[in-house]
Amino acid sequence: MINKILIANRGEIAARIIRTCKRLGILTVAVYSEADQKSPYVSMADESFLIGPPRVNESYLNVDKILSVAKESGADAIHPGYGFLSESGRFAERCEAEGITFIGPKSNVMEMMGDKIAARKAMKEANIPIVPGTEDAVASPEAAIKIATEIGYPIMLKAAAGGGGIGMQVVHNDEELIKAFESNTKRAQTFFGDGSMFLEKKIDNARHIEIQLLADQHGNVIHLFERECSIQRRNQKVIEEAPSPFISEATRNKMGEAAVNAAKALGYTNAGTIEFLVDSDENFYFLEMNTRIQVEHPVTEEITGLDIVELQLSIANGEELRLSQQDLRIDGHAIEVRVYAEDPKTFFPSPGHITTFDVPKGENIRLETAVTSNYDVTPFYDPMISKLIVKGANRAEAISKLKQALLQFKVEGIKTNIPMLLNIVDHEHYKRGNTTTAFVQDHYLTGLHKN
Amino acid sequence: MTEVKANMAGNVWKIVVSEGDSVEADQDIVILESMKMEIPIATEEAGTVKELKVAEGDFVNEGDVLAVIE
Repeated sequence: MINKILIANRGEIAARIIRTCKRLGILTVAVYSEADQKSPYVSMADESFLIGPPRVNESYLNVDKILSVAKESGADAIHPGYGFLSESGRFAERCEAEGITFIGPKSNVMEMMGDKIAARKAMKEANIPIVPGTEDAVASPEAAIKIATEIGYPIMLKAAAGGGGIGMQVVHNDEELIKAFESNTKRAQTFFGDGSMFLEKKIDNARHIEIQLLADQHGNVIHLFERECSIQRRNQKVIEEAPSPFISEATRNKMGEAAVNAAKALGYTNAGTIEFLVDSDENFYFLEMNTRIQVEHPVTEEITGLDIVELQLSIANGEELRLSQQDLRIDGHAIEVRVYAEDPKTFFPSPGHITTFDVPKGENIRLETAVTSNYDVTPFYDPMISKLIVKGANRAEAISKLKQALLQFKVEGIKTNIPMLLNIVDHEHYKRGNTTTAFVQDHYLTGLHKN
Repeated sequence: MTEVKANMAGNVWKIVVSEGDSVEADQDIVILESMKMEIPIATEEAGTVKELKVAEGDFVNEGDVLAVIE
């Protein structure tokens, strides 16, 4: 049984995990860098340990230090959150070797899904449709051009070790492909230690729709329906909702079934998400699998009434899932917006001192927050400072509630994307559910230039 | 003479020119990394790179001088 959990993460997700642990009577250990001493999650935990300077390699990615804190504090499990060490198979192995439960899947599955080329192969073998493209790493720009000619432009050039919007670029012709191939190979080598590249056809008018999975250690796998996360900037999500306003019940069932089959074929355990691209005819294609809790998990919690962190702990304890697919129903509609410390037009980061941080309050308004008033947002980590989640009986009600909540959300001292979020939720195309991954480019940025 | 300054706090991820290089206006001099984003910092004026004031891996604050172009 897990009695004490170390959270190897920071910010809002650390606070989110601590909250569930408190409710369940599980003790918590927070770790923090010198830049995060005043972060709210640090004082929420039963114990907290300074693990190093601000830079991630010396703090949140410092495996030796984190494991020594786990042993010193007597934690019997580690929750990795998202990002940082959450998808490191090596870290999971080190935890197990020290007799500490890693709250997540087995390391071999994490490693396989982390290599985007291996993941495509595994999905193809499990009969899950994948985006048309290369089966293996592409050796040279010449080989890339040959394949591009076969599948046709535009094409996404991606790093095998990338993911989460990093290490990918769309190219429209041979010239762009050669240039991008050379620079991205170098960049991927520097960033990820692996320069392997592969190609995927760019799906037109695509939506990003993902399925939340839960799998216990006894072979039971269920899905908690979909989240639509098509509204993105710089290939990173900004607004997520559940259910998708686009897919039919038949497609929902097909996608859920495909995701469950994939998890079974992989021998997957714990919470995971399979991301798909869905075209305008509701054809869906495997994009990647995230072997951890997602940033946007709250929208699924809101429409199912479940606590995904609690279920992760129960699975890690070896318990059997008490829910079957037939028990699950979608209740209402939930939307999450990510509040970023950034310029709402250029999307450039805006670190600095927050003077005022007044959050909206009300029924069916949920906040997951990393900061407070009178707080320094540092340049060391990603720019997300808060998530606002609203729920309505239906999508129109959720949108109207979201707009009201955003109008009440006051952040001063730094720039945030709240003006962008307000613009989008008020947009006719957004209200109609006309959301594709090109939404920000086609409707938001174009609108700004017109005004 | 023109100074190339950081427009936000961050780490110097890459220096893409060397001292003595001739550079054009709007050419990138340094790539900063802030909040997991690469921020290219360009020179406003053409000239020769007289001095690089930072090294890769350095932390810089908004307004810090990164390079001097002459």
